[in-house]
Amino acid sequence: MAATLPASAELEARAMNREEPPPRRRFSPIGDLVFAGLARGAAILTLVLLAGIIFSLLIGAWPSIRQYGLRFLWTAEWDPVQERFGGLVMIYGTLVTSIIALLIAVPVSFGIALFLTELSPRWLKRPLGTAIELLAAIPSIVYGMWGLLVFAPILSRYVQLPLQKASAGVPLLGALFSGAPVGIGILSAGIILAIMIIPFIAAVMRDVFEVTPPMLKESAYGLGATTWEVVWKVVLPYTKAGVVGGIMLGLGRALGETMAVTFVIGNMNQLNSLSLFEAANSITSTLANEFAEATTGIHQASLIYLGLVLFLITSIVLAFSEFLLMHLRKAEGTKT
Amino acid sequence: MNAAAESVERRTDYRLPLHRRRKLVNAIALSLSLGAMAFGLFWLIWILYETVVLGVGGLSWSLFVESTPPPNVEGGGLANAIFGSAVMVTLATLLGTPIGIFAGIYLAEYGQRGWLGHVTRFINDILLSAPSIVIGLFIYAVIVAQTRQFSGYAGILALALIVIPVVIRTTENMLRLIPNSLREATYALGTPKWIVIRSVTLRAARAGVVTGVLLALARIAGETAPLLFTALSNQFFSMDLSQPMANLPVTIFKFALSPFANWQQLAWAGVFLITLGVLILNIMARVLFRKKD
Repeated sequence: MAATLPASAELEARAMNREEPPPRRRFSPIGDLVFAGLARGAAILTLVLLAGIIFSLLIGAWPSIRQYGLRFLWTAEWDPVQERFGGLVMIYGTLVTSIIALLIAVPVSFGIALFLTELSPRWLKRPLGTAIELLAAIPSIVYGMWGLLVFAPILSRYVQLPLQKASAGVPLLGALFSGAPVGIGILSAGIILAIMIIPFIAAVMRDVFEVTPPMLKESAYGLGATTWEVVWKVVLPYTKAGVVGGIMLGLGRALGETMAVTFVIGNMNQLNSLSLFEAANSITSTLANEFAEATTGIHQASLIYLGLVLFLITSIVLAFSEFLLMHLRKAEGTKT
Repeated sequence: MNAAAESVERRTDYRLPLHRRRKLVNAIALSLSLGAMAFGLFWLIWILYETVVLGVGGLSWSLFVESTPPPNVEGGGLANAIFGSAVMVTLATLLGTPIGIFAGIYLAEYGQRGWLGHVTRFINDILLSAPSIVIGLFIYAVIVAQTRQFSGYAGILALALIVIPVVIRTTENMLRLIPNSLREATYALGTPKWIVIRSVTLRAARAGVVTGVLLALARIAGETAPLLFTALSNQFFSMDLSQPMANLPVTIFKFALSPFANWQQLAWAGVFLITLGVLILNIMARVLFRKKD
């Protein structure tokens, strides 16, 4: 064997002749330890942050939690002067605006994702995808100011007034569209939230549609299915978990959005009609408006209580979304 | 022969309405999809158009050199707010980036399997989408309430907490794109792990990591909510970070809701500046990342 491999024989001979191995350059283990420690420390820091957020909110909200308990969640009275606090109005405002946002954003995002994955010519995919993503990049204060000063007057004049006229006297619709059609209130907050969360939902839907195995789609096309049938009956069922995950992600965003809502929701702490035109308040807008001026301890504690409720709701929604998206990644086998 | 042809014909006749309906449904669905795309673009164009039209009118030299004026007084600018924003955004990025990069390195290079990796990744995704106003509340409780002072430092910390998850996410994703063979080749030379990461994987993923930092920068440049109860705002030009600090978003918030014409004009100019800055950062990030592709 050695005879047929002269090179290795030579090496062996050389090794035998050598008396000492060349000095090995040794790296001290300290660099590795320090670096690994820093990385681990940074990772642990994020855990500490989350724990710290929950803990500090709990402490801050404690006087209010002790005084009102869970009743806080379904008490509608919010009276800083007489120091009586309940969060129902704000929780209602947050939930209703987010639901309106989802009702608008989900079908539109689905349409956009469908367009980007199946319809768009190849050269347009990238610029159009980027344009939709830029909607997410616009700061929320810009949405807020535009919403209040540009969008609200137009909404009032061209949408709310006609709707009110058309629905006057109709039982349920009449109630939904009653109130002063001034353009600010629950409806406009919901619409602006919808515009803000469309890019998030559309991006997730597009990404999960794109990872549908081509073989599945081509089989359906081969059977003569139309584009719509392929997307609705093959792609959508296959990516169901991811789509719901994307919607939850959008919901999480809508629930926690602050500035845009603060501008257009109207800031009224009352809940006396079903109307979507009525000015209302959300958790975030109440915090933005009142927190810096909250003077008494119980007022501030109640505001922090609201913040805690918001944080718990969004965390649950986001955790659910993560769980679904993770599930999808696992199912498709590309989880690394 | 004749009968067979007839039966085929009858069968297609029978299928024709179904076929037509399917085609119609398809056409309607696809037009709606086109409509959805147009709907999305419509808002983008409308918002950008109004921002430019209403903002450009307020642009002038004094915007950048004079501080915010009292209501209904001619002149004045946003110099103090622009300065304050620039300082806080820069320092928050400098503070948050190293932490984010290290945690990202941990997730991609050390903790792929352990519990800490999984938990951190999960928590980070929650922090990434946590309402920014809650971050503000947290810093208020931890810093402002203790020192009894709204301050630039508190604002910086709040913004840094928003930077960290963004940088963690992109750093991890970018490091994972680096092929393992590159790592193995370097290990085979006897290189310690930290030098492999520093000089090989992190360097190969540089463009992606920088993209993440730019996106984080763009995100905090427009953040208002976390500054409301941390940095607050300041009417005057202040370089003292232990005092309340003026910043663009909160100034815009205050001015936009005011009834004074000159304040509203300044708010529009500020909105224009922020939007322009954020869009430029976003496009830069995209171009940078694309070149790497």
